[in-house]
Amino acid sequence: MSSALPNSFRSGPDERGHFGMFGGRFVAETLMPLILDLEKAYAEAKADPAFQREMNGYLKDYVGRPSPLYFAERLTEHLGGAKIYLKREELNHTGSHKVNNVLGQIMVARRIGKKRIIAETGAGQHGVATATLCARFGLDCVVYMGAVDVARQEPNVIRMEMLGAKVVPVQSGTRTLKDAMNEALRDWVTNVHDTFYCIGTVAGPHPYPMMVRDFQSIIGVETRAQMMEAEGRLPDSLIACIGGGSNAMGLFHPFLDDAGIEIFGVEAAGHGLDKLHAASLTGGRPGVLHGNRTYLLMDEDGQIQDAHSISAGLDYPGIGPEHSWLHETGRVKYISATDEEALAAFQLLSRLEGIIPALESAHAIARVIDLAPARASDHLMVVNLSGRGDKDVPQVGDILKGRKK
Amino acid sequence: MTTRIDTRFAELQKQGRSAFVTFLMAGDPDPATSLAIIKALPQAGSDVIEIGMPFTDPMADGPAIQAAGLRALKAGMTLKKTLDLVRAFRKDDDTTPIVLMGYYNPIYIYGVARFLVDAKQAGVDGLIIVDLPPEEDDELCIPAMQAGLNFIRLATPTTDDKRLPAVLANTSGFVYYVSITGITGAAAANATQVTDAVARIKRHTQLPVCVGFGIRTPDTARDIARVANGAVVGTALVDALAKSLDADGKATGKTVAAVADLTAALAQGVRGAVQAAE
Repeated sequence: MSSALPNSFRSGPDERGHFGMFGGRFVAETLMPLILDLEKAYAEAKADPAFQREMNGYLKDYVGRPSPLYFAERLTEHLGGAKIYLKREELNHTGSHKVNNVLGQIMVARRIGKKRIIAETGAGQHGVATATLCARFGLDCVVYMGAVDVARQEPNVIRMEMLGAKVVPVQSGTRTLKDAMNEALRDWVTNVHDTFYCIGTVAGPHPYPMMVRDFQSIIGVETRAQMMEAEGRLPDSLIACIGGGSNAMGLFHPFLDDAGIEIFGVEAAGHGLDKLHAASLTGGRPGVLHGNRTYLLMDEDGQIQDAHSISAGLDYPGIGPEHSWLHETGRVKYISATDEEALAAFQLLSRLEGIIPALESAHAIARVIDLAPARASDHLMVVNLSGRGDKDVPQVGDILKGRKK
Repeated sequence: MTTRIDTRFAELQKQGRSAFVTFLMAGDPDPATSLAIIKALPQAGSDVIEIGMPFTDPMADGPAIQAAGLRALKAGMTLKKTLDLVRAFRKDDDTTPIVLMGYYNPIYIYGVARFLVDAKQAGVDGLIIVDLPPEEDDELCIPAMQAGLNFIRLATPTTDDKRLPAVLANTSGFVYYVSITGITGAAAANATQVTDAVARIKRHTQLPVCVGFGIRTPDTARDIARVANGAVVGTALVDALAKSLDADGKATGKTVAAVADLTAALAQGVRGAVQAAE
């Protein structure tokens, strides 16, 4: 599994969309011309200063960027160790980091004249962000969501519908995020002529993993500048939760070549790594699904296995291909947190900082609880608070109420 | 190298008729019934047999074929057992071409080199892998050609003239034209558009062109067979199989006959077509 270490960890992917052996373009022929067109359109947009200018305008005035880098004083005191900063992506319009990527993709979609946008969603955060920007730009929006997730993330379903999107509950397979993605791909293959597929994470066929990473990298770019301003130097460690891995990639990517910085990705360990979980890197192996080669949870016949996480946004049996590569090169350390640990962290952050995190982000907080105390008080640790927990309040409330009885 | 596919299309051309290509899922609804169905196909009029390799996440398939794959997986089907099925079929039939169709991951996990040896030995003639476009030819297409298996590529309405040469470059056996943009079993094929598309593909290749997706009835099969070298039917056969099952999704005494009867009716449609002059 060893790969020769590259000169830079930030130069991928190659022209065929590969990060080492990961990535690629494993799609049906019907879609191939579309993703080639998208690759071209994105390259042109990226090189166009007017595109960048327009996007920066929306990022500032519509999304509300830059998001603050906040010193979590009481959490730091409570844990007793590293100085903990929260990158407040939960304060973005729509309540998570997802909007950064959706804004970029919607602007590319408008450039190429697509009027109908489809998306998959797990927790509903990507669906809400997509529905929001479709409302803003007057585009048709269809969001595929596993029927299980529709039930457990009801507040977001209501939000999407309020914003004018059509939410389609997906009944096939395990009825979670992976099946929502299958269904979105089936829609796309059927409606190729007018439809743009707005993928919510750093996965799928090239150029999506690269494009989504680029749009999310604003998280890390801002963090660098903000930490320089706050502390006069770069952070010592970064930590973020990982489902597909877009919030993590957004924070990590601008720091990958700063060799001294420790980087941690936290996968969802569900009921435990020896039971049902969603930790693709820790518990899976390389395979091909949803357009890319990456680590997947599967059986010995190559059939994809059910993932499980308390958090719908992490409940996916795969991970973005660039994370698979960063895992194999050893640049990023991938660890995990269980449902129980995430629940505890969810409550801890709510009580100590007055910030209710998304259950997804609570997985990152859960590992901060043991990483921070093991580090010196001058160690600067940045946690990506990728989303807010409003959507999880009913679900967590029910779980906690059930326990009191 | 000549495969059973090449031989079969050459024979059919001599006879002046198009091929009837059938698709069913390996192991649907259970391995034993599946073998009985596949054994019945040549006699019922199937000229080329496509066998689906079950996969949990069939992204290009509609509800009928998704359900077929899940039935097969539930009955314990694996890629290894799919090869066993082909081997068992080959005991009595050494001429009907067999094409395995599906998604890449099970093959990737089986191991490409080992799979190609085992597939060839089992009597497989060709592969159709939905999620391997020409951009990923190094993965399986080129090794398959070297192993003496045909790699049959899908061409679609979005494959324009500029892209066709790349799609056809490493294709052998036949070209599978997907007559609609969409998933299996969805819309109906439009014969006029198909005629134009087949003519367009034929300007770029000498290979036979078979047309699939959206063919459900003997009439449509005949219309398509008039303009193409073969008509592929999958969902309609899978639907007939599904309808014959009991409430628990298990095979009944009618299951094999249900598929064989529809195969015979569709084959008559195809054989009723007078092929357009080449």
